[in-house]
Amino acid sequence: MNLPAIWAIYKFEMARFFRSILQSFVSPVISTSLYFVVFGAAIGSRIDQVEGVSYGAFIVPGLIMLSVMTQAISNASFGIYFPKFIGTIYELLSAPVNFLEIVLGFVGAAATKALFIGVVILGTAAFFVDLQILHPVSMVIFLLLTCVSFSLLGFIIGIWARNFEQLQLVPLLVVTPLVFLGGSFYSISMLPPAWQTVAYFNPVVYLVSGFRWSFFGLADVPIAVSLLAIAGFTAICLAAVWWIFKTGWRIRT
Amino acid sequence: MPTVEIRDVRKRYDGGFEALKGVSLDIEEGEILALLGPNGAGKTTLISAICGITRITDGSIRVGGHDVVTEFREARSLVGLVPQEMNLEPFQTVIAGVRFSRGLFGKRPDETLIERILRRLSLWDKRNAKVMELSGGMKRRVLIAKALAHEPRVLFLDEPTAGVDVELRRDMWDTVAELKRDGVTIILTTHYIEEAEAIADRVGVINKGEILLVEDKASLMTRMGQKELTIELTDPIDRVPPALSDYDLRLSEDGGSLTYRYDTGADRTGIGRLMGLLVEAGCQVRDVHTAQNSLEDIFVGLVARQEEESAA
Repeated sequence: MNLPAIWAIYKFEMARFFRSILQSFVSPVISTSLYFVVFGAAIGSRIDQVEGVSYGAFIVPGLIMLSVMTQAISNASFGIYFPKFIGTIYELLSAPVNFLEIVLGFVGAAATKALFIGVVILGTAAFFVDLQILHPVSMVIFLLLTCVSFSLLGFIIGIWARNFEQLQLVPLLVVTPLVFLGGSFYSISMLPPAWQTVAYFNPVVYLVSGFRWSFFGLADVPIAVSLLAIAGFTAICLAAVWWIFKTGWRIRT
Repeated sequence: MPTVEIRDVRKRYDGGFEALKGVSLDIEEGEILALLGPNGAGKTTLISAICGITRITDGSIRVGGHDVVTEFREARSLVGLVPQEMNLEPFQTVIAGVRFSRGLFGKRPDETLIERILRRLSLWDKRNAKVMELSGGMKRRVLIAKALAHEPRVLFLDEPTAGVDVELRRDMWDTVAELKRDGVTIILTTHYIEEAEAIADRVGVINKGEILLVEDKASLMTRMGQKELTIELTDPIDRVPPALSDYDLRLSEDGGSLTYRYDTGADRTGIGRLMGLLVEAGCQVRDVHTAQNSLEDIFVGLVARQEEESAA
């Protein structure tokens, strides 16, 4: 294992984050506050409770997931796309590192940033609503796995993208709709039966449901199914990354 | 054992273009080899294949005895690459970039070494400057510093002086000479013949994915130091007169001219005596002219011959 290489990549990626630490910190705080004003205060005043939990508190796990997923994807995809774009990827390709080391460096950094933002949102939310966390261990596991798996997905998107438009395409056209329709702001049981069936094809539903269960003990799907879904998703992403490096797809000529 | 062993390497791109057509080459420890060739000859592809950026279709490459595919860690640890393009992270400081490169190659931090590298390349004063604030020449030095950060035994310089002004080119040549003194094997690609002449120990000529010649620069220079004297005769002759048998003369097919090769560096060229003997033998001289071989002539000749062969 080339540990210095993993550390070098990780530090390099984190340096980008620290250069803009203020934005990294302030923007999730502001956006979370806005969500609470709009959903919590304006809409939430009309929706009293969801399954015994105040609406303001109910949306917290979904809000965290929403930001963590989008941040993980955008950080990881940019992290690997930028060296491709400016040509510095030659150094990674000619260095004595294997795919696992490159992934650990890039994905590790992207996951760290996403985790940081998740924690900031959790902290901000605590100012607005009373939060309880019934299953903290499960909450941490779900949060970590989501950070890692969506960073892996972002990494794949970054390698796949040939230009900046493509870099934005998948997050915009696929991930954002899935996240918004994934029960971040509502319970699946609130949907008409037909749409409930459709919702179960959305992988994000399982993540949000499991994560929400960790807070309130409420879930749309059994917790074991949620865990299986996130583990399966992580495994698929890992396999895809492994294949990319084995074949050199879009990185080695 | 050669430091770099290249055996029958072929590279065919997905589109079907064959960039390398069975290249074999040995690069010896501690030498400076210049790979000379026009644009698109396959120089960069060959370097990329050795460094692991390009996958080869066929053949094998070993660095320090390690196969670049199956033992990529050992092989790549020995190699440093200075790319042709200014591929640098613009927001990074010079010293952070060099530290990053060292780490990437699995080496523990060594600030003394990094200071030495940066001082040698006159980058020490600029160590905390962001790369984007530097001039083109300085950026080129940063690329070299990054390539040297993990103490490679073999250094590849891909067109190090392309688009560089004369002064910086001299600087670059001095740097290369210094590295050679430290025992680093250096392979540089160039399409400037003068550059190969100035710094290389051996010169390889590559064109259209094939190595046409690899020769000591010294012996190439000897060939270049030779001149050809052509003597045109008023009346054609059947054979070289016996009195001139000491000279290695070539008679043209029509018998109208004699060619004599001589070394301009020798004490005596023998031209005066030759002319005297010629007149004594009864030959009337109509005209004389001389021509000099240069590396460029050799190069152009080789490339032209390759084109003829591929046309035939």
